[in-house]
Amino acid sequence: MIKIALCIKQVPDTTDIKWTEHNTIQREGVESVINPYDVYATEFALKIKSQAPDTYITVFTMGPEQAKDMLRKVLALGCDDAVLISDKKFAGSDTWATGLTISKSIEKIMPDFDLVVCGQFATDGDTAQTGVIIANFLNIPHVTFVKELTEFSEKALIVTRQMEDGIEKVRVNLPALVCIMKSDFEPKRALINGIIEADRKEIKTLTINDIGLKPEQTGIKGSPTFVKRAFRNLPSHNAQKYFLDPTESAKLLEEKLTSLGVIKNA
Amino acid sequence: MPNQEYSGILIYAQLTREHYIHTVFYELLDKAKELSKKLGGVDVSAVVMLKKGLIEKYKESFQNMGVNKVFYFEDDVLDEYSAEYYSKLLTQLAQKITPEILLIGATNQGRDLAPKVAAKLHTGLTADCTELDINDDGQLAATSPTFGGQLMATILCKNYPQMATVRPNVFKVRTTDSYTDTEFICCPTDLAGIEKNTQLIEFTKTIENTINDLDTAEIIVAGGKGLKNEKGFELLNEFAKSIGATTAASRSAVEMGLAPQSIQIGQTGKTVRPKVYIACAISGAVQHTVGMSGSEYIIAINTDKDAPIFDIADTGIVGDFFEIIPEFLKNRH
Ligand SMILES: Cc1cc2nc3c(=O)[nH]c(=O)nc-3n(C[C@H](O)[C@H](O)[C@H](O)COP(=O)(O)OP(=O)(O)OC[C@H]3O[C@@H](n4cnc5c(N)ncnc54)[C@H](O)[C@@H]3O)c2cc1C
Repeated sequence: MIKIALCIKQVPDTTDIKWTEHNTIQREGVESVINPYDVYATEFALKIKSQAPDTYITVFTMGPEQAKDMLRKVLALGCDDAVLISDKKFAGSDTWATGLTISKSIEKIMPDFDLVVCGQFATDGDTAQTGVIIANFLNIPHVTFVKELTEFSEKALIVTRQMEDGIEKVRVNLPALVCIMKSDFEPKRALINGIIEADRKEIKTLTINDIGLKPEQTGIKGSPTFVKRAFRNLPSHNAQKYFLDPTESAKLLEEKLTSLGVIKNA
Repeated sequence: MPNQEYSGILIYAQLTREHYIHTVFYELLDKAKELSKKLGGVDVSAVVMLKKGLIEKYKESFQNMGVNKVFYFEDDVLDEYSAEYYSKLLTQLAQKITPEILLIGATNQGRDLAPKVAAKLHTGLTADCTELDINDDGQLAATSPTFGGQLMATILCKNYPQMATVRPNVFKVRTTDSYTDTEFICCPTDLAGIEKNTQLIEFTKTIENTINDLDTAEIIVAGGKGLKNEKGFELLNEFAKSIGATTAASRSAVEMGLAPQSIQIGQTGKTVRPKVYIACAISGAVQHTVGMSGSEYIIAINTDKDAPIFDIADTGIVGDFFEIIPEFLKNRH
C-alpha cells in the first residue's frame, strides 16, 4: 500500500485580475481556483491509485477556511482524506515558512507516508520552491519538472523529467517528493457518488499548536523574506495600431523591418 | 541592516551537459560586478562542481571573465548533477565563506538546487528576479514578477546569505572581459552521511544545442494558435527564414503540436529579449508576454483589433497573417 500526501493550493484566477485606480490588485470578488499545476499533481496521485487501488491519498492545503471547497472537489475525484492547515499565525508565510509548516503537518498526520506530490509552480507568486523546501525538511529526495509516471513500486518510482534540452528518465527511492510539471491525461470529472461522499467526509483542521511550531517559526515572523514594495507592471511599449488591407500591411511590415535594420530594401 | 559577518557575492557556475559554463553565469556575473561596486567593491566569486581533473579546462575562462575567486569541488561523483550532493556541498561552502549574496541561474537545475540550499541555510530565496539592486541600507533588493507577471514585488531578505535566482536572458552581458588573477580554491568533497536516492537512467535529447538559438537570436518570429495548423507554421518558418529570424511559439501552439516545447516563450517557457519580436496570431496573454515584453521592439499581427498583444506592441498590424505574409514574401522574392 502506497501512502501519498498530495499538496495543493488555492490561487486567485490570474487570467482575470482587476486593478484598483491605485494600481493595486483588487482582491474582492476575485475567483479562487485550484492552482493549475496542482490539477496535474492530483492527476498524478490518482493515476497511481487507479493502478494500485489500495493507495491512500491525503490532501493537504495551507490556507483560509474557504479552501475547504477546493478540498471537497479534490476528495470527490477520489482522494481519501483532506487536511486544512489554517491559523492566523501562518499568515504572511513565505516559501521557507510555508515549506516548514506543511512538512510538519505531513509528519503529524501521515508520519509513514511514501510519496509527497506537489505541483511544479503556483501561478500567484512563489515560483517553484515550496515542494523542494518541503522535501528538505522531511529529509527525503525530490524530483522536479516531472512529466510522466513510467513505473512504480512500494520501493521506488520511475518518472520522466522535462528539461531544457530533452527528457530525463529518473529513478527515485521512496519515500520521496515529486513536483509535477504536466500530465498527459485529461482532468477527471468527479463521479456523482464521489461528490456525495466528499460532502460527508470530515476535513481535519491543523493549527499551529497541533503541529508544534512556535509563532516565530512560521507566518511573517518565521519568514526570511518580506515584500518591501509591490507595483503594477505597466507596458512600456507605445502601441500604434494600423488598419490596412493585406498589400498595405505587407508594405508596412517591410518598411518597419527595413527601418529596424532587419532587412535591406529589395 | 547588513550583517558584518557576511561579505561578498557568490555565484553558482552551472556546467551544461556538454560541459560548457552556462550562459546564465555570464549574465549573473555581469550583474554581480555592478552590485559589488555599490557594496564598495566586495569580492565576486564563483563555485563550480566538476569531475576530477577538469578545473584546468575552465581556469582561463574564469580569469578572463574577471572572477576574483573560484571555489571548486572536484570529484567523479559530481560529474552528473545530484540535488543531494550539490546542495550539501554548496551549503557547506556558503556556511564557511559567508557571502552576503548567493546567486543561482533559474535553469531547471538551478530551480532544483536553490530552494534546497535556501532551506538548509535557513535563508530566503527570491526566485526568477527581473531586477537586482542594493538599497540604501546595503541590502539586496530583488524584484520578481508575481501573478503571471502582472504585479512586480521587490523583496528583501532578513537572513544571510540573501539568495536569488534569475532566468537566462533576463540580464544582458554588457561589460567586456576584464582579466583578473583569479584565485582557485579546491574544496574537499565531504559527502559523509549523504545518500544518493535519485538516479538518472537515461537522457533523450530533444533539441540540438543546449545553447538554444533563441537565447542569442536578435530577431524572433513567434506563432500562436491562430496559425491553426502545420501549414500555418510552415508559412511562419518561411517568413522567419526570409528575414533571418528564429522561430518561437506560444503555449497554445505547442499544445496543438505545432511546435516543440523548447521554443515556447513565456512563464513556463523561455524568456527572450531580442531586438525585434514579431508576434503572429498570438493573443498576448500575460503568461506569454512575461517572456517577451523585454524585447526592444515588438510587432504584432492579429485579426482581433482588441487582442491584448497590441497593448504592448510598438507596431500593431490588424489583419490576417495568411493574407499579409504571402504578400510580404511575394515582394521579397
Ligand atoms: C499556469 C499557466 C502557464 C502558462 N504559461 C504559458 C507560457 O509559458 N507561454 C504561453 O504562450 N502561454 C502560457 N500560458 C497560456 C496562456 O494563458 C494563453 O492561453 C496562451 O498564451 C494563448 O496562446 P495563443 O495566443 O497562441 O492563443 P489564443 O489566445 O487562442 O490566441 C490566438 C490569437 O490568434 C489570432 N488569430 C487567429 N487567426 C488569425 C489570423 N489568421 N491572423 C492573425 N491572427 C489570428 C486571434 O485573434 C487570437 O488573438 C499559460 C497558462 C497558464 C494557466
